[in-house]
Amino acid sequence: MIEIRNLKKSFKKNQVLNNLDLEISTPGIFAVLGPNGSGKTTLIKCILGMVLPDSGQILFDGIPVMHEWQYRRRISYLPQIARFPENLTVSELLHMIRDVRQQPSHEQEIIRMFELEPFIKSRLGTLSGGTRQKVNLVLTFMYDSPVIILDEPTAGLDPVALIALKELIHAERKNGKVILITTHVMSFVEELADEVVFLLDGRIRFKGSVNALKSRCGEDNLERAIARLLKGECIPDDNLSGADGQGSAFPKTAGSGLKSQHHV
Amino acid sequence: MFKILKYTLSDLMRSKWVYIYTTFYLVLTTALFWLSNDLAKVIISLMNVVLVLSPLIAALFATLYHHQSREFTELLLAQPVRRTAIFLGQYFGVAMSMSVSLAAGLGVPFLFYGLLVSAQVWNFATLLLAGIALSLIFSALAFYVALRTENKIKGFSLTILIWLFFAVIYDGLFLLLLVLFNDYPLDNFALGASVLNPLNLSRMLILMKLDISALMSYSGAVFQRFLGTAAGIGVAAFCLAAWIAIPIFGIRKTALTKDF
Amino acid sequence: MKYLFIIWIFISTACQSKGESRVLEVGSDSPFTTIRQAVHAALPGDEVLVCPGIYKEGQIIIDKKISITGQDFPILDGQNKSEVLTIVCDSVSVTGLLIRNVGTSHIEDRAGIRVRKSGHFSICGNILSNTFFGIYLEHARDGLVENNEIQGEALQENTSGNAIHLWYCNNIRVDGNRVGGHRDGIYLEFVNNSLISGNVSRNNLRYGLHFMFSNEDNYFNNRFSGNGAGVAVMFSKKINMWDNVFEQNQGRASYGLLLKEIYDASIYRNTFTENTIGIHVEGCARVNYKHNDFLNNGWALKMAGGCLDNAFTANNFVSNTFDLSTGSFTETNGFDGNYWNDYTGYDLDKDNIGDVPYHPVKLFSYVVTQTPESIVLLHSVFVELINFSEKVSPLFTPANVADHHPLMHYINWEEIQQ
Repeated sequence: MIEIRNLKKSFKKNQVLNNLDLEISTPGIFAVLGPNGSGKTTLIKCILGMVLPDSGQILFDGIPVMHEWQYRRRISYLPQIARFPENLTVSELLHMIRDVRQQPSHEQEIIRMFELEPFIKSRLGTLSGGTRQKVNLVLTFMYDSPVIILDEPTAGLDPVALIALKELIHAERKNGKVILITTHVMSFVEELADEVVFLLDGRIRFKGSVNALKSRCGEDNLERAIARLLKGECIPDDNLSGADGQGSAFPKTAGSGLKSQHHV
Repeated sequence: MFKILKYTLSDLMRSKWVYIYTTFYLVLTTALFWLSNDLAKVIISLMNVVLVLSPLIAALFATLYHHQSREFTELLLAQPVRRTAIFLGQYFGVAMSMSVSLAAGLGVPFLFYGLLVSAQVWNFATLLLAGIALSLIFSALAFYVALRTENKIKGFSLTILIWLFFAVIYDGLFLLLLVLFNDYPLDNFALGASVLNPLNLSRMLILMKLDISALMSYSGAVFQRFLGTAAGIGVAAFCLAAWIAIPIFGIRKTALTKDF
Repeated sequence: MKYLFIIWIFISTACQSKGESRVLEVGSDSPFTTIRQAVHAALPGDEVLVCPGIYKEGQIIIDKKISITGQDFPILDGQNKSEVLTIVCDSVSVTGLLIRNVGTSHIEDRAGIRVRKSGHFSICGNILSNTFFGIYLEHARDGLVENNEIQGEALQENTSGNAIHLWYCNNIRVDGNRVGGHRDGIYLEFVNNSLISGNVSRNNLRYGLHFMFSNEDNYFNNRFSGNGAGVAVMFSKKINMWDNVFEQNQGRASYGLLLKEIYDASIYRNTFTENTIGIHVEGCARVNYKHNDFLNNGWALKMAGGCLDNAFTANNFVSNTFDLSTGSFTETNGFDGNYWNDYTGYDLDKDNIGDVPYHPVKLFSYVVTQTPESIVLLHSVFVELINFSEKVSPLFTPANVADHHPLMHYINWEEIQQ
């Protein structure tokens, strides 16, 4: 479904993606993990065509995505930060996205799920951050796309909405979708993810189930397992990284990455 | 592109800044009418304001809009639309809202004071068209600069600098050159330098229409002869159009190659 | 008709015998078929009455004290070959003729009507069209040129003549004529004690009125508009210029009024509208300007060098791009009590006189004088900025050129007159 080969991307001197390979061919929930600056968002943006890679290839259903735009009909994307034109109302925004995508949508269902009915005629500028994130979720889940990409979906959600979100994700998995999630909330990963994709230094250092990760690192706790990954202790896996993990220098960002993971 | 334009415009037409801008012109025009009943003088006073303010406000507004809608732009980029459609749609949305503000702010008092029956209708039309052209030009330049500069402050400063250059510095250098090379025939240089700066060109077009007697002096006559002909008007229109087209071309090019 | 005419002939013959004038009629059905014959037959005091028709007789010389009257504008056609009427005798009057097609000559100054070395003539109510020179007075005196309409077809200055041309004349009245399409509308050289009034001179190639070496003349109530270079008054003394209108004289070297080497003149109640330069003054002394209106001119006043003791009092300066530009300006030229609509001062004691002086010379007008091309920056922000800073702290503009009693309101001098 998604095939990434030798992807390279640098911003000025900063090599963000370094010969990254990834193949996602089966449906399921994929948690993309890694410290800050490891290239998660860049990877996602490359798949969406928002960031243009320096070299390498991204195939979506076997077709290269470079400078294409039609393939995005088959992707739903939840951006990290929910900010919308301030003077439009929620219904106008929905209308706009429907107008742009021209695909069948089922927004009413999602609106009900997140109890957004009272806000439907409100101007987006007057909504709270959590409510905007709900609107953001509506925009993502109202389409029946085979691929769903969620960038920090839990940000600012209240517990009720969080439950609704989890239900939605579960339902979509049952429908046989590919769901890519980046998050720092490890419980969320543990609860939902079928597979973990771990990025460090612009490369994928681990790809496999949560249990496989735990057993490889010899930890019962996912957070600790990840922490060990960050220390470079249980990485060597030539099949995945394509490079030796032992000799590689530790990423400068590792420390901050750890800290951010502990806030959960 | 038209879909993006439509929603950008409907967003902006409800923005309080657009209302403030429109109201400013409404109040200014009404006040000028109230203070002076000489339409030609009102047009000159308005010209002084419109030629300075409309490019500045359009540029600032375009920059502001670009930065404010950054996240939403990312959302749009993930949708099945062409990149150029998004950015050109946003640009034209901003430029049109600025133009509508200007046209409403100047036009309503003029209509109210019975302009359509006065002889000044074409002078007013020239002023309005020049104002709109400048709004289009400077919002395009600002949009381009905003696309090229990640840093908000840097983008704002550069935009203001561009405006300052065309509005003031250019004329200062121009005058300096004229005074320094006083001994040479400078008619064609003056003509060329004025046509190249959209602000100067707009000003000359309006002043020519207003038939300012001082412009009939030695050098003014050169302009009259140039801008009075169909070819001259064609060159002027071409220059203004080029000033709109070049930054739009830049926006297109940047939109296609930029990472978000 | 014929009957009446015979009676009339009889009467006029009878009168003639008593020493009164006869009427000699010229026309295809008349006793005379050509004007030349009638003039030949006429005795002093007679009237030659020209009936409607086209007369192509070449040059007709009038050497008798007679009057020539046209009935319904008979046409005297010079066929582009010759002058038409040449008056060489005192007390001739010419009325009601249409004279046309004198034709351009590079050798002689042909005219529609010429008066040479004569006096007490009157040339009234004629129409002259395409006559090279229209009415040409040389060494004439005590005459009247009134209500003629003179329209030329001049295309180039060097191949065209003047509508009314006076040369070495004295005590002439030029009144109520309408002239246009010539090199100069009215031209005076060495003309003294004359009155030019109520004329309309428009669309001439060079000057509406051209005035040289002529003293003690008056010109009142004339209107000069759309002439190539406006009106020029040069090298003359004691001229009164009152109640004239100078308008729309626009072009690269164009002005409403050019004054050069003028002494002891008065310029009252004139209106200068939409001229590139309202008045261009050069080398003038003791000229009084009072109650004039300067409206919408490029420069209301341009003063070159050599101006002494000129006084500008109670004039209105309204909506001029520049009120004044000066070359070298000495303090002996005074501005006092004028109205300047660009004046931004205040009047705390409410006596209608501004409390701070007005400086009519702007920096930009100084710059434009030095570098004419910079006019293209008119009304630009930069120019407004330098004008403002110059106003706050004058560096280049003469600080002593100021009106210390600027008026707060427009002077309605028409009301003052009544």
